[in-house]
Amino acid sequence: MLNSTFQPWTPQLVRDEIDALKHKPGALLPILHAIQDRCGHVPHEAVPIIAESLQLTRAEVHGVISFYHHFRTAPPGRHVLQICRAEACQARGSRALEMHAREVLGIDYHQTTADREITLEPVYCLGNCACGPSLRIGDSIHGRVSPEKFDRLVDEMTTQVLEVS
Amino acid sequence: MSVTIFVPRETTALALGADEVAARIQGEAAARGVEVELVRNGSRGLFWLEPLVEVETAAGRIAYGPVEPGDVAGLFDAGLLEGSNMPPLCQGPTESIPYLQAQQRLTFSRIGVTDPLSIDDYYAHDGFRGLRRALGREPQAIVDEVKASGLRGRGGAAFPTGIKWQTVLGAPAEQKYIVCNADEGDSGTFADRLVMECDPYLLIEGMTIAGLAVGATQGYVYLRSEYPLAHEIFNEAIARAEAAGYLGADILGSGRRFDLEVRLGAGAYICGEETSLLESLEGKRGMVRFKPPLPALEGLFGQPTVVNNVLSLAAVPFILSRGATAYADYGMGRSRGTLALQLAGNVKRGGLVELAFGTSLRELMEDFGGGTASERPLRAVQVGGPLCAYLPESQWDLPLDYEAFAEVGAGVGHGGVVMFDDTVDMAEQARFAMEFCSVESCGKCTPCRIGAVRGVEVIDRIRAGDNREANLVLLGDLCETMVDGSLCAMGGMTPFPVQSVMKHFPDDLQR
Ligand SMILES: Cc1cc2nc3c(=O)[nH]c(=O)nc-3n(C[C@H](O)[C@H](O)[C@H](O)COP(=O)(O)O)c2cc1C
Ligand code: SF4
Ligand code: FES
Repeated sequence: MLNSTFQPWTPQLVRDEIDALKHKPGALLPILHAIQDRCGHVPHEAVPIIAESLQLTRAEVHGVISFYHHFRTAPPGRHVLQICRAEACQARGSRALEMHAREVLGIDYHQTTADREITLEPVYCLGNCACGPSLRIGDSIHGRVSPEKFDRLVDEMTTQVLEVS
Repeated sequence: MSVTIFVPRETTALALGADEVAARIQGEAAARGVEVELVRNGSRGLFWLEPLVEVETAAGRIAYGPVEPGDVAGLFDAGLLEGSNMPPLCQGPTESIPYLQAQQRLTFSRIGVTDPLSIDDYYAHDGFRGLRRALGREPQAIVDEVKASGLRGRGGAAFPTGIKWQTVLGAPAEQKYIVCNADEGDSGTFADRLVMECDPYLLIEGMTIAGLAVGATQGYVYLRSEYPLAHEIFNEAIARAEAAGYLGADILGSGRRFDLEVRLGAGAYICGEETSLLESLEGKRGMVRFKPPLPALEGLFGQPTVVNNVLSLAAVPFILSRGATAYADYGMGRSRGTLALQLAGNVKRGGLVELAFGTSLRELMEDFGGGTASERPLRAVQVGGPLCAYLPESQWDLPLDYEAFAEVGAGVGHGGVVMFDDTVDMAEQARFAMEFCSVESCGKCTPCRIGAVRGVEVIDRIRAGDNREANLVLLGDLCETMVDGSLCAMGGMTPFPVQSVMKHFPDDLQR
């Protein structure tokens, strides 16, 4: 899940997620997912707690977190926006869309806008390859995203946030 | 009397506004005081028509698409509820749409027809017949049936599924596993996703049969995190199947057990490789394992494990319910049954096309695909994902068959067909192949980990005209080193798209 309503992390929250899942064989990935789903990232401070509960070294836990593109160790912006960079979307103009996105948002991949609204990430295929270019905001996928449609989506995202706050 | 209207709930349909269309239909019906039953079906896989709205009439289901939210009121005015013919959106009876009618749907016979989560629907459309047959048989008889069907793994390597199952059946162990590879990392592919979103009980049935065949009581689906809707729908399907007795401790009162759990990946292409996938399922970094031992003998948690692609497992219920011969009757040579082709990229009519092996690529791209979406000339096609060759026009008449493709150094892979028009810069595509490998390499071996990074640099120099001839020779050497020296197909096949560009599109490297 790439949720827009993340909670601040606490040691208790981390422990709760671990306790709910650690009985599973190979529980580390599900635990990391659970923590990131709730907090938006896996904080550094969670590593020793996880390591101790699963009887792993900190290096092992850190090694797993850093191996996977999905896990991040710093909080993202309110919205995570992923642009598909893979071939089928390239064939439909995703390279131009990527450039447009970077320009409009004023950031590169793996960065967050100064107002902390949007974090930009690359993704390699969302399974919407017949109707690219594709992007994902939260858990919604959007297809045939032209630069104009991109601007509209960014607009909607930011105005929605204003209504809420 | 209430009218039944279908609006898909599937990633691509939703990406094109299906939820909004569904909401408008409900709003419009309420405003007019008419009773409609809105069914959120799966997609038929005719993506250029999505959102495809269907209306149930005495003459069968009538299709309208692509429907935009703003079209809804007009459709009601023009007699949507009676299924009246209104050009241009009305496509006539769904089953008669040529794109669909010309297919041979065995695995995908139900997608888009049913409500994906309705067990009654599944049952009414021949669901669980294969499972019932399997419950009445000895494990060896199930494995024999799959062997006789000639089914080869649809994940890419095309290894005979029955032989893999035989190895696991013959391996003595307390615990065995069925692992479904739902990582579907290849660009241009979405058939696994369609199974999980639009006909999830099919995969549940296929995995349960696999469990009965080899004596495994636990199954895992390793699903990529890029598919949130598939995750939601499939988890719900598992819960309902358990509640209805199709999964769990006592499958349909047979005393046989099979449990199923979905595990989410975390954005790593290499975790589609089966040994990396197993490492990842065990909670580790997705590093490729040396083979042997084969996963069939020492797989998940060191136990004998069947690892199969979604489509391989989804083909099994048909084979069990209709018999191996019915399946093997489709196809050519050693490629038996049907192939799920996925038309993607710059294509006018993109979508899912299930056909017996043997159709030519050109027929597929022209007759089904209708050419490019940009209406410019088609220039290159990448079949089989990011590790496979780009095919120039001289190769478009190849029949879709594992052996015919292998002969020209190409691959069928997972059946993804990505089309590019003449604006494509093939040097850029070659560069991307190396870049992708450098981002996604597991890092275990040098030719892949370092070679891909060097590959990007060398191609950048070639494109900049810096010592071009010498760098082209270097690129050729580098590709050979990666092919020969890599531990797995990530590094071993990344050169294929690059070499195909050097061979078939050399001009693009000279600009
Ligand atoms: C780099 C790499 C990525 C792969 N990705 C996938 C994938 O996403 N899905 C898949 O089913 N098989 C993938 N495979 C193939 C699997 O390793 C394995 O052959 C397959 O899951 C076996 O199932 P099958 O016999 O049913 O095809 C990949 C292989 C490699 C080398
Ligand atoms: S070829 Fe690449 S992905 Fe495969 S084992 Fe070597 S480093 Fe890992
Ligand atoms: S390549 Fe972009 S969604 Fe598949």
